[in-house]
Amino acid sequence: MNQIQPSQAPAIEVTDLQIEVMGANGSFAVVSEMNLSVRPGETLCIVGESGCGKSITALSLMRLLPDAAKITGGRLLIDGQDFLAMNQRQVEQFRGDKIAMIFQEPLTALNPVLRIGEQIAEGVREHRRCSRSEAHERAVDVLRLVQMPDPERRASQFPHELSGGMRQRAMIALALACEPKIIIADEPTTALDVTIQAQILGLISDLQKRLGTAQILITHDLGVVSEVADRVIVMYAGRKVEEASIYDLFDNPLHPYTIGLMGAVPGSGASSDAGDRLADIPGTVPPLWNLPKGCAFAPRCANASARCLEERPPLQEKRPGHWAACWEHDDAA
Amino acid sequence: MQPDRTPLLSVENLKVHFPIRSGVFQRQMGAVKAVDGVSFSLGRGETLSLVGESGCGKSTTGLALMGLVKPTGGRVRFDGNEIEGFKRSALKSYRRRMQIVFQDPFSSLNPRQRVKDIIRAPLDIHAVGTRAERDARVAELMQRVGLRPDQADNFAHQFSGGQRQRIGIARALALNPDIIVCDEPVSALDVSVQAQILNLLSDLQRDLGVSYLSISHDLGVVEFISHRVAVMYLGKIVEIAPKKTIFSTPLHPYTELLMRSAPSRDPRKRHSFSASNYDIPSATRKPSGCPFHPRCPLATDICKSDEPELTLRAGEQFVACHHR
Repeated sequence: MNQIQPSQAPAIEVTDLQIEVMGANGSFAVVSEMNLSVRPGETLCIVGESGCGKSITALSLMRLLPDAAKITGGRLLIDGQDFLAMNQRQVEQFRGDKIAMIFQEPLTALNPVLRIGEQIAEGVREHRRCSRSEAHERAVDVLRLVQMPDPERRASQFPHELSGGMRQRAMIALALACEPKIIIADEPTTALDVTIQAQILGLISDLQKRLGTAQILITHDLGVVSEVADRVIVMYAGRKVEEASIYDLFDNPLHPYTIGLMGAVPGSGASSDAGDRLADIPGTVPPLWNLPKGCAFAPRCANASARCLEERPPLQEKRPGHWAACWEHDDAA
Repeated sequence: MQPDRTPLLSVENLKVHFPIRSGVFQRQMGAVKAVDGVSFSLGRGETLSLVGESGCGKSTTGLALMGLVKPTGGRVRFDGNEIEGFKRSALKSYRRRMQIVFQDPFSSLNPRQRVKDIIRAPLDIHAVGTRAERDARVAELMQRVGLRPDQADNFAHQFSGGQRQRIGIARALALNPDIIVCDEPVSALDVSVQAQILNLLSDLQRDLGVSYLSISHDLGVVEFISHRVAVMYLGKIVEIAPKKTIFSTPLHPYTELLMRSAPSRDPRKRHSFSASNYDIPSATRKPSGCPFHPRCPLATDICKSDEPELTLRAGEQFVACHHR
């Protein structure tokens, strides 16, 4: 884990972000009251299950939301500048240069008819004053940085000619080409086999140590979280339900949803016997357009009280640096 | 529950080769040896997991045993009887006792069918009982897998992923099969729902004594669900052993690599993953000798020329490696 200087200003700072989606029956919030900040050299993991709002949060930080979704509130500072106030041209200048994204599925994120080297050089020429050949050299350099085997040859190949692991390396090279201050990675290893996932996780933490980027990693996999995170945000139904340092979260999870998630991962017990049961979480995630009145997790929570069904618990600092949105630990503050 | 180890299913030297054709006349230029000589047995009430990375042949093995792809060679004995050449007639009675649950509950259920018709289909095909008996059986199955029988008239698309997987399991259970092939049954599901389905599978085995041939790439799932584990690499089994043995003392270097690659669950015990790159070779360009030798830290000359046989080491642990 990197030593983070507390004095360093955050590379990215999000305050009270609210995202709404226009549905057939009016609009509804998919992300509410989202606050986060990441300093240079720090890795923040956002973890949660499908539909919790983690990916749409990531897209909003890049201002890449689909047409149906809109940021309806909050502030987003990138490198001290108000990203939401910028016009399209300024946004495009920022994107790729200051903040870049690694997507889950490199095969759909990469342009299939452009050679790898051209795709990377294109971004470099967009943001840096340089010649075509200098941009190409930079492309080969970043391919070498991500330990692409035979980078000169790979630069002249098309995405379909690369294996899944190599495509993800190419995606990472593309994101790194202009040395952004912030990298957002949305499930960067989910589509990969476990031995390749290990290589890519190794690469991501290696690069971060060398380049000192601020990193936001979106994942559903607590194993990945425990390998790379400095700090973790757990999301449920569009809201942050817990935030803590990686050690506090794994040693002492406070929110029943976090506790449930940790228990539900098979293989986390010492050595399970066939016939044992996992601690599952009953029920399913509620639809965002029809959230229960109180705490969104209450219908699935074993400890839910009458208050939980009526009133939504606010996110509170229960212990120093450890935040949770649950009535249960009200006295722990 | 301790499973009965008399083999219910025994598979010998199973091969599935797909021809590679090219040119104007579509001449066969070679073959993808997706499954290339796989042997194992499965006891009553036992769970055997086939584990490995994409392209190792684990799913093809499952599909071949269901008769959904035609094997190129090998012998399959089910309850003492050989399945002759996977002919239609032989398959029908065999499939009655062997069913499959697919990975993706979104594409494996017909969105235009009502749930009751999906679950009834196997009963109709095999003409089991009267109409009323079939309806009663559907209600019983829905209850058994944790669905409300009053949802029987709903369509598959009205259900969440986890509920759809329950429908798939109910359909597989309809004929009281002896074996269910579970092809990555939880890998498309969220963690909390995944745990519900794994618990359901484990309850069903306890109550009904059904055997599972589970196909998975997730070592956590494998450790939870299996009695025995077979590790596959490029169409072959490289190690097969009881679960506890293989997790505590893996012998094959590939098994070790798999276990080392799984993320830790303790942030204080992080792996120092190497960023180095070794790609998984494909079954079309299979390395000579031991297929794992280009990635293997123990590889010597013999590994490049001679393919090691799966042989018995300690206890019930079979390993295919020259050096272990």
